[in-house]
Amino acid sequence: MDVLVCVKRVPTVGGAITVAPDGLSIDTRMSGFTISPHEECAVEEAVRLVERFGGSVTVVTLGPVEAEEQLRSCLALGASAAVLLETPAEAPESGPAATAAALHSVAADGGFDLVLLGNEAADTGDYQVGIRLAHLLGWPVATGIKALTVDDDATSVAARREYRGVAETYTLPLSCVLTVREGINLPRYPSLPGRLRAKRAVISRVPAPPAPSAGLRTTALRVPAAARRQATVLGQGVDAVPALVSVLAELGVLS
Amino acid sequence: MTVFCLVEVDDGGVVDASLRALTLARGVAAQAGGGLAAVVFGEPPAAELAAYGVCDVFAVSGVDGYAPQAWGRVLAELADGASALLAAGTDRGTEVLAHLGAITGLPMAANCVAVSVASDGSFEIVRQRWAGLLLEDAVLDAPLALLTVATDAGAAEPADAPGPADVRQVAVSPVGMDLVVRAAETAVGAGGASLSSARVVVGGGRGVGSADGFGPLDELAALLGGVVGVSRVVTSEGWRPHTQQVGQTGTKITPDLYLACGISGAIQHIAGCGGAKHIIAINTDPAAPMMARADYAVVGDLHKVIPALVEALRTRP
Repeated sequence: MDVLVCVKRVPTVGGAITVAPDGLSIDTRMSGFTISPHEECAVEEAVRLVERFGGSVTVVTLGPVEAEEQLRSCLALGASAAVLLETPAEAPESGPAATAAALHSVAADGGFDLVLLGNEAADTGDYQVGIRLAHLLGWPVATGIKALTVDDDATSVAARREYRGVAETYTLPLSCVLTVREGINLPRYPSLPGRLRAKRAVISRVPAPPAPSAGLRTTALRVPAAARRQATVLGQGVDAVPALVSVLAELGVLS
Repeated sequence: MTVFCLVEVDDGGVVDASLRALTLARGVAAQAGGGLAAVVFGEPPAAELAAYGVCDVFAVSGVDGYAPQAWGRVLAELADGASALLAAGTDRGTEVLAHLGAITGLPMAANCVAVSVASDGSFEIVRQRWAGLLLEDAVLDAPLALLTVATDAGAAEPADAPGPADVRQVAVSPVGMDLVVRAAETAVGAGGASLSSARVVVGGGRGVGSADGFGPLDELAALLGGVVGVSRVVTSEGWRPHTQQVGQTGTKITPDLYLACGISGAIQHIAGCGGAKHIIAINTDPAAPMMARADYAVVGDLHKVIPALVEALRTRP
C-alpha cells in the first residue's frame, strides 16, 4: 500500500502571535517551525498502514527550501521518501486552490492508494486543500476523520468521525483522499535510527508550479483585541468556595 | 441579488452555528440589496427560518442521508446567479462549501466573522486564522462568494421585522461520484450534552494530575448539568479521550460558563474556549495565562477547591 501524506511547515506558536511589520505575515524571527498535530497524526497513521500492509509512505510539502526540516522530521517518524515542491524565497502565500494544484502534480503520478492530509492547516485554516485535491484526482474524499480501518484486502477504508453526538462512518474505495484530526492515534517519538536515516535521506526537490491568482486577497493580518478579561479574584483555596457558589448562582447555572 | 445560506437542522430545529451564519447572511443580503434564501436538506423549520429573516426556503429531498459532494452539487445549481452563499463553519458546512468550491472552481473563505459588500461588488471579509488567534482582512472577488461563518462568531439574532418564508420543495436525484461518499450514522453510547453545544463545561488540565483526578470534576459537571472538557496535555497523557479536548486541534466551545481547573492557558487552548460567555479559573499559579483570561479567579489547589465546591453544592439549601 502506497500512501502520500501532505504536510505544511508552520511556525511554532508559543505564548503569543505577533504580526510582522509588513502586516501580511506573522513574525517568526523568534519561533521555530513544525507541522500541525493533525499532520503528525497523518504521518503516524500512514506508517502504521505500511507496517501492516507493506508499501511506502511518501511525504510532500509545498514550501520554501527550509521546509526540508519538516520533511526530515517525517522521515524520522518512518516515512520512506520525501518530496519538496519548492517555492521561491519571498513567494507569496499559496492559496488552497494553488496548493491543491501543486500537490496534484505529485499525487497523480505516484500510483498512490491513499492520500492523507491534516483536516486544516494550523496557520491559514482554509479547510479545503484535501477536497480540492480529491476533485483534481477524481477520487472520493472524507474529512475530519478520527478513526480509520482499511479492510484486509486493501480495497476500501472505513473512516469515522463524530457529528453532534452521532458517529458517522464513511466507506470509501481506494484510492481516496482522507483528511484526519489529532486523536486518530498517538504519534510515536522518532527513534535514533530513524533520525539518522532521515538525516542522510535524499529529498527530491521539484520547483512548484506557478500559483494562479486566488480570488481571495489578504489585505492585513491582526491580532484580535485582547480577549484579556479583568478577573475578579474570589479568594484563596477552599475559603473561596462560598463566593464561588454565589457566582454560579448569579450566572444562572445552578438548577 | 439573493444571498443563500446552507442551514443545518437537528431535532427539528436550526443548530446554533447555523443561526449565527443566518444572522451574518442577513446582514450581507441587506447590503447586497437582495433577499435571504435558506437551503435545508430534509424538513425545514420554516417558522424559525422566517424569524431569522429568510424569505425563501429551499427544502431539498432526494438525497438519502448526508453526502457532502452531492450536497455541494445541489447548492451549485440552486445558488447559480446568487451573489453569496454562506454556511456555518461546522464539519458539514465547511466540507460542503469546499466541495462546491472545487466543483465550480470558485474560491472559498473559511471561518468569517464579518462580511461587507464593497461598492464594486467585491466582498470585504474578516476571517479567522490560527483558529481565531489571528484575524485576516481580505477581499474576495468572485461571481459567487463562498463563505463559512466561524462557529464562535458574533451571536445569533432574530430579524427585527421578519416576514413570512416561502417554502419550495426541490427534488434532486444525485448520481455517480456524488454519492460514493455518504455518512452511515450510528448513535454514540454516552449521550447527553455534547462538548460543542454544552451550556456548562468543566475544564481540566495538567493540574488534575492523573486520570483518577477527574472524579471530582465529573461530579461537578454532573451537578451543573454540564460536561467535562480537557486541555491537550490531558489527552496526550491518555487521561481522557481526545473527543473531550478543547482547543485549536480539539473542539471549539461556546458555553455560558467555562470553569477551567488546573489549566495554564496555552494560546491553542484559548482558541477553543475564548467563545465562552463567562470563564472561572482555578489555579495554584495566580500568574497563569488562564487566570488573566478569566472573569473570576480562585487561587488554590483544585484538588481541595473542587471537592469542597461539590460538597457545598450538594448541601445547598
